[in-house]
Amino acid sequence: MKLRAPLIGVLAMQGAFAEHMRALESAGARTRLVREREDLDGLDGIVLPGGESTTMAMLMERTGLLEPVRDAIQGGLATLATCAGMILLARDITDGMPDQRSLGLLDIGVRRNGYGRQVESFEAPLHIEGLNGKTFPGVFIRAPLVERVGDVHVMAMHDGHPVAVRQGRIVALGFHPELSGDLRLHREFVRLASGSS
Amino acid sequence: MGVARRAGGARRIPNVAERNGSGNGDGSVKGSFKVKAGLAQMLKGGVIMDVVTAEHARIAQEAGACAVMALERVPADIRKEGGVARMSDPDLIKSIMAAVTIPVMAKCRIGHFVEAQILEELGIDYIDESEVLTPADEENHIDKHPFKVPFVCGCRDLGEATRRIAEGAAMIRTKGEAGTGNVVEAVRHARAVNAGIRNLQGMNHAELVHEAKQIGAPVEVLAECQKLGRLPVVNFAAGGIATPADAALMMQLGVDGVFVGSGIFKSEDPLKRAKAIVAATTYFDKPEVLAEVSAGLGKAMHGLEIPTIPKDELLAARGW
Repeated sequence: MKLRAPLIGVLAMQGAFAEHMRALESAGARTRLVREREDLDGLDGIVLPGGESTTMAMLMERTGLLEPVRDAIQGGLATLATCAGMILLARDITDGMPDQRSLGLLDIGVRRNGYGRQVESFEAPLHIEGLNGKTFPGVFIRAPLVERVGDVHVMAMHDGHPVAVRQGRIVALGFHPELSGDLRLHREFVRLASGSS
Repeated sequence: MGVARRAGGARRIPNVAERNGSGNGDGSVKGSFKVKAGLAQMLKGGVIMDVVTAEHARIAQEAGACAVMALERVPADIRKEGGVARMSDPDLIKSIMAAVTIPVMAKCRIGHFVEAQILEELGIDYIDESEVLTPADEENHIDKHPFKVPFVCGCRDLGEATRRIAEGAAMIRTKGEAGTGNVVEAVRHARAVNAGIRNLQGMNHAELVHEAKQIGAPVEVLAECQKLGRLPVVNFAAGGIATPADAALMMQLGVDGVFVGSGIFKSEDPLKRAKAIVAATTYFDKPEVLAEVSAGLGKAMHGLEIPTIPKDELLAARGW
């Protein structure tokens, strides 16, 4: 008999959460939008999507989600963070709002919009560890620049800076796999969430 | 940016390199349609607020706006003062860009590709080719493909939305009737787009070609709408949204997010109202949250009944 598909929550304060839902479902997961504390119950994994990190953090704080999400991730919940999600998780944020709230669980330092404004947004092929063979289509939109890495494992670099890192059961990406049409990273994450990698 | 300089002069089909952005050796490309439309995808579920000063912009950001629209006058004042409304002063736009970390948009006149070139040069994140300003061309909209900066354009129905997408718009918004504080036109336009798309379901290709002719839509874009059951780019609501309930109404009608223009800074307590509209956009289907955030906001903007506006002063009729 087939094992039950893992249940993955997608933080749905603001941003590209529908794109992650579609990608996760195509990769074989069950999904749930996370907008309230109760939505965290019974999850095997969580996605912190792209969007505006200031908006997302503010709404999380206002609705009392910041602490429960921090506790869940600290407690070992498998986490995939993309772009703004990576900023939310980063320990140090440069060029953010003066008192920007964050989860501060990932040992990296990022510069918000570190690649420049929208006209500098780009696509680039990436070599990502663990995805044998073909390059991955990286879509970078007003992306955070990783300027410091501490006790994390770097999975991919672009132009001299890390763009994909892993720390325990957290995977953080500076780009948007949910916009790429390539499901390999979502499949890997579904495997991680189901406890088999 | 030699490409954009030539953008409007000759009406021609952009070549593949232009459509796909500019390359730079290591296989990376900037300004592709994917990253232009992708930024709009990151704005979804959010509120984009009109601001006229750096201080407004900071308030908007503090309230949780996912982007701001930098303007000299909000639509309600443009309406009141009359005269030709143009692109804002670059100094004002730069001061707003310097004040916040969220994306900054700015408006250019319909068809005014040089104002668009100037905005691109300033490094603005999104250009709104907007009917709120006085049109510069009564036949042609801007050819938006050659620009690296993405464009958002207004629409009243599916035909208009698909024409703008064919011209290169990476995001669509309903026009509504800006500066009125009256949501009725935004509702009309959102429902018209929905009905137009619903109408495509079950059509075979010959019928789709006929429909394209009827509504003045490019067949390829219309076929994409039929396949997806929605517009192929992000679609926000705009024009007349003044309360949290208005924002939630538009979200429940299926738009991806909302623009709020005069509705915030023409109200009694802008920060409180802005925060409430942001929360209402995230929790648009939770009446208990809507009831809570709608309370005690002070006076909303006064607002205008559409029939009291002379026909030739309706902004939504601009653009074609």
